[in-house]
Amino acid sequence: MNTKSIIQTKHLFKIYNTGVIETVALSDVSFQINKGEFVAIMGPSGSGKSTLMHILGALDLPTSGEYLLDGEMVSKLKDEELADIRNRKIGFIFQAYNLLPRTTAMKNVMLPMRYAGVAKEEREEKARKYLTLVGLGDRLEHTSNQLSGGQQQRVAIARALVMNPAILLADEPTGNIASVQAEEIMSLFKKLNNDGHTVVMITHEPDIAAHAQRIIHVKDGKIVKE
Amino acid sequence: MDILELFIESLGTLTLNKTRTGLAILGIVIGIGSVIALVSLGQATQQSVQSRIESLGSNLLTIQPGSTNQGGVRGAQGGRTTLTLDDAKAIETSTLITTIGKVSPEFSRRTQITTGGSNTNTQVIGSTPAYAEVHKVTIASGSFITQRDVEVMSKVAVLGPQVVTDLFGEGANPIGQSIRAGGQTLKIVGVTQAKGGSGFQNQDDMVFVPLTTAQKQLFGVNYLGSIALEAKSADVMADAQNEVGYFLLTKHKLSDPTQADFSILSQQDILNTVTSTTGTFTSLLAGIAAISLLVGGIGIMNIMLVTVTERTREIGLRKALGAKKKIIITQFLLESIILTFTGGVIGIILGIITSYFISNLTSSPFVISPASILLAFVVSAGIGILFGWYPAQKAAGLQPIEALRYE
Repeated sequence: MNTKSIIQTKHLFKIYNTGVIETVALSDVSFQINKGEFVAIMGPSGSGKSTLMHILGALDLPTSGEYLLDGEMVSKLKDEELADIRNRKIGFIFQAYNLLPRTTAMKNVMLPMRYAGVAKEEREEKARKYLTLVGLGDRLEHTSNQLSGGQQQRVAIARALVMNPAILLADEPTGNIASVQAEEIMSLFKKLNNDGHTVVMITHEPDIAAHAQRIIHVKDGKIVKE
Repeated sequence: MDILELFIESLGTLTLNKTRTGLAILGIVIGIGSVIALVSLGQATQQSVQSRIESLGSNLLTIQPGSTNQGGVRGAQGGRTTLTLDDAKAIETSTLITTIGKVSPEFSRRTQITTGGSNTNTQVIGSTPAYAEVHKVTIASGSFITQRDVEVMSKVAVLGPQVVTDLFGEGANPIGQSIRAGGQTLKIVGVTQAKGGSGFQNQDDMVFVPLTTAQKQLFGVNYLGSIALEAKSADVMADAQNEVGYFLLTKHKLSDPTQADFSILSQQDILNTVTSTTGTFTSLLAGIAAISLLVGGIGIMNIMLVTVTERTREIGLRKALGAKKKIIITQFLLESIILTFTGGVIGIILGIITSYFISNLTSSPFVISPASILLAFVVSAGIGILFGWYPAQKAAGLQPIEALRYE
């Protein structure tokens, strides 16, 4: 095993059983991502790329196979331990931002730190720091619905960064955002990657994927091309 | 993440959605408030009826004419004209009867009373001086019916305070003035002391006239409506009932007790009957209250279910950010507890205020049963917490992505 690898999967399968039909979403997926990489996962809709992302983000468990994240065998962990992994090791950025409604940017960003038991002063300081980093230093007390789509996504990025996670996972981060703002988000990702963050991003847009150093193509639940 | 912080966050979430929070609280308020108010109303009624019956006089036996029984057809109780003034005198003077003190022969009927421009419909009671002692009637001003009034058929009347108010206005002194009843003009010689109470047996809404005047001049009858007897003590009530029963059977030349043309009721019998009746009434009210509590509970349940279900995505997000199941359940439980507790406290206060107003309006005693408060609170809080907890723990048990995808 490569000591530099931060994500390693072995023979991941994800099978949805809806009672009548079995749907194979992931079939024998094995790959690895190294520390400091900026990886894009591409594929048509229904290819299983989102399922893969959710498993990488510990939001879902594989039906079988192994998933090693930063030295932890995630596929074997219990519910409470998974919560801890999600909290400390993973910064997840959703396509739909998923901010708490009618809640200020500060409070949204502080939420993961609250679950980690970080003291109040430190929380506020860090939230302010990361919101400033994503360019929202002047929008700290704006509630989610007072922010534009691009701004909301930047709050979500600040929220993903604030626990200083091992990896940043972004699921179609620019999918809901106008192209000018999408470029800003991508340059933010590049900057974060230059600062040493490992970034894994899902997209179906080739020009967005072009920002990454490495592109993994997924089709019918399998990795078809690297 | 400590509980105080969760508590503050829960408060914040609840104030974010004021309408929903308000409706949830309203359901609990109505549930708890109505239980407290209705149970209180029932108990107040029961107490006031009991105390009113007790105020009618203790150690009291009432002889009523029996039902008519002719040709095997049994008529209504009290429909017969078998009790006479002679019976009353015989009971009073008989040496065979040792347990009876005062004897009050009575004849009463509701009739129209007029004076000047006003009139009222009230109970006119033909009575002897013994009535006042047996029924604990006291005189506020003037005097009660005297023995001489009965002997000479005086055209006099003693009014209850309610009648005075109805005819002459609040606080008027009617003594010396006249009223007309049953075609006769009666001079008012006294007013009785207010006893309180309302309804059919209102002690204050009565007019007393000499028994003979009522029988001969007002209503044209020669029998009695009833004879009230005062036993010498509460201990001899049963003996007194038997003695008087045998005495009257003999006097009416009846050998078979089942053929008796009269019946003797003790105050205790009446009290027992009324207590069981009002007990039923209280149960009925409690039943209605239970239904409103149930409806309130379903309201809480509904709102809690909706609240949690529509926040399934939020639960998914919180889990995705690292919230443990325990924290999410605690958060929703806290919200439920805040809702039910706030609603419960408001409901208890409103219930007590309502009971207070009811007791003022109906001049019945103000009774609050701690048991009803506890029951109402426990039931609605239980419902609120259970139905907040159940969907929350269900949502918290989902994989984050399933909760996030929830539509």
